[in-house]
Amino acid sequence: MPIVLDEAQIAEAVASLAAQIKDAARGERIAIVGIRRRGDEVADRVCRLLREMGVDHVYGMLDISLYRDDLAHLAESPRLQGSEISFPVEGARIVIVDDVLFTGRTIRAALDALWDYGRPAKTELAVLIDRGHRELPIRPDFTGVNLKTARMDHVLVRLKITDGEDAVELVESS
Amino acid sequence: MARKDFLDIASLTREEVEYLLEQAVPFKDLFTRSVKKVPALKGKSVLMLFYEPSTRTHSSFEVAAKRMSADVIDLDVPQSSVTKGETVKDTVDTLQAMRADYIVVRHEMSGMPLAIARQTKASVINAGDGAHAHPTQGLLDAFTFKEVFPETDGRKVLIVGDILHSRVARSTSMVMRKLGVEVAFLGPGSLVPRDGTEGMRRFTDYEEAMKWSPDVVYLLRVQMERQDAQFFPSLGEYHRVYGVTQERLERLADKGTYIMHPGPVNRGVELCHEVMDYERSLINRQVENGIAARMAVLFWLKPGTGSEPPMTTE
Repeated sequence: MPIVLDEAQIAEAVASLAAQIKDAARGERIAIVGIRRRGDEVADRVCRLLREMGVDHVYGMLDISLYRDDLAHLAESPRLQGSEISFPVEGARIVIVDDVLFTGRTIRAALDALWDYGRPAKTELAVLIDRGHRELPIRPDFTGVNLKTARMDHVLVRLKITDGEDAVELVESS
Repeated sequence: MARKDFLDIASLTREEVEYLLEQAVPFKDLFTRSVKKVPALKGKSVLMLFYEPSTRTHSSFEVAAKRMSADVIDLDVPQSSVTKGETVKDTVDTLQAMRADYIVVRHEMSGMPLAIARQTKASVINAGDGAHAHPTQGLLDAFTFKEVFPETDGRKVLIVGDILHSRVARSTSMVMRKLGVEVAFLGPGSLVPRDGTEGMRRFTDYEEAMKWSPDVVYLLRVQMERQDAQFFPSLGEYHRVYGVTQERLERLADKGTYIMHPGPVNRGVELCHEVMDYERSLINRQVENGIAARMAVLFWLKPGTGSEPPMTTE
């Protein structure tokens, strides 16, 4: 199966995200919120770079399972991991981080989940990979890599902590 | 591993019990948010079918369902006892018309939730049937126990009271044993069953039971409105023989023993008044955990799926 991003390219994309977020922050404190699973691992790496660059930030994790719009259609309910948001969301400047942006439905759910913690002053979106094919009026503010895909293709992201290695595969529909 | 119904503990595997207990944790975390509600069951309806009065279990299910954004419908059911055949037919006809997605049933007759589950596509949850089972009580007890003792294997629970007539005793002892917990019973000889208790110790003397060194003493509620009272000479006598008196509470404190009770407590019967301030009382936590455990069950079940549920005994 074709590897479209290797470890070095993933690291480069994460570094690019961190740099874009730093520029947009303009010295203000920002809250990085990773969507579980894998979005939190990307967010964690972005935070490490922000720390090195001296960008003031807080970190949280969001489990959007209970906010999905397809729960009634699933054969089995998802395994919950829980959210960990320990900073006040009210009035915060938030950057939601996910690994792949596809239909935009996960981000819709994430916005709903986040709003149940409070009303942020501003919310932006950072994604490691934008693979297109949106089904909702959602767009990323910060993008690591744009990947050209067909609607039925699968983009498989593997990250070290979650999956044991760093690699992104594109599995084309036959 | 999705299921349609939740009727007893007996038909669950240990993995399924552990899964539900893990799922309950993030649900409990929601309770500390200012918005305690999630949209997971938006547009779904939960029908409450309580043939026996129960304030606690009823409100716990209601809160659980509402925190998941489901609509809760309370069906007024006749409290008078009718024959089983009529009840099931009447009920199922009504339920079909209401198109409920989930039905929470409490009934004085064992097996009634199963009888309903077999005739409806809705997910049926047993909220207590006769002396058979009270599986969500068992689950919330296990959840509470596991919060205190994350490694459950080899721990010990002593269940005290009228074991014979208690569905709580059945479901709670069953779920504990699935988690590798040793369970023993303490109660009047005539009220501790001989069959179906393999591997479980039976005590009739409080002091003997204490020598077994349980981690948790689980007091069953004396059902004053039911037959139990007649088995004991008096409530004062029950307290003296099987209850946690003030003097016994002090000794439990010395040993670091926890206390559980399904509620509501008959103060001065199962427990002395001082237990309300006892730092190792898990009774209030059981109430809160009951909501989370029931949310986990609601989230797990899939209405309209699965094969016919089997009849099992706890």
